[in-house]
Amino acid sequence: MPQIQIPSPLRQYTGKQATVNVPAKTVGDALAGLVAQHPDLRRHLYTDDGKLRAFVNVYVNDEDMRYLEKEATALNDGDTISIVPSIAGGNSGH
Amino acid sequence: MLKVSKPAYAALRQHGETTYPHECCGVLLGRFEDDGSRTATRAEPCGNTRDDSPHNRYNIDPKELVRIQREGRERGEDIVGFYHSHPDHPAQWSSTDLADAHWFGCSYVITSVEKGKAAVTNSFELAGMEEPDKKFLDERIEVA
Repeated sequence: MPQIQIPSPLRQYTGKQATVNVPAKTVGDALAGLVAQHPDLRRHLYTDDGKLRAFVNVYVNDEDMRYLEKEATALNDGDTISIVPSIAGGNSGH
Repeated sequence: MLKVSKPAYAALRQHGETTYPHECCGVLLGRFEDDGSRTATRAEPCGNTRDDSPHNRYNIDPKELVRIQREGRERGEDIVGFYHSHPDHPAQWSSTDLADAHWFGCSYVITSVEKGKAAVTNSFELAGMEEPDKKFLDERIEVA
């Protein structure tokens, strides 16, 4: 069964679980299953019109799903999905 | 509060000197304490993908984060924060830093690097529950 790694800022919405197992054949199914189990996650992962937030990166093992088949990316048993919010910044001066 | 081991503290400051005049960036690994504080025992340097503007912008490739997170998990460590440097600029968060911060409950450590030498290091906790109400709170750093 694929497992989803939950980043620390979102664990308060998964009962503090760092890993959630979700039976799913695709990334889309896995994320849908995750928010079905933990509905409070939805607004932190998705915009109001149902799109994944731009700063939320989703990796299947070591590959960004955007460069695979996106939500249609097929999953195998033992695959790991990582939800990784972006890390960026910098001083505003020039 | 953020507790940082001496080696991790030295490493994150040194990294800023190494990459000067560009911003450095990296991940802090350790554990979340029951009292709400964080303890960082490792500073893992990362590449800065903002080669279009590295003197005042940084971005960590999520692929690096995935690897660092997996390796940390194998050692029993969690991602507790991030660090970056401000070359010839104060160790204070900017509007850019806040806009691009999304790891609530983690520490964001900034070091000013003046003329190639690490100067002040400050830490800020990303507080709030949602994007619209997020803010940085000053937090004490304890090096031990």
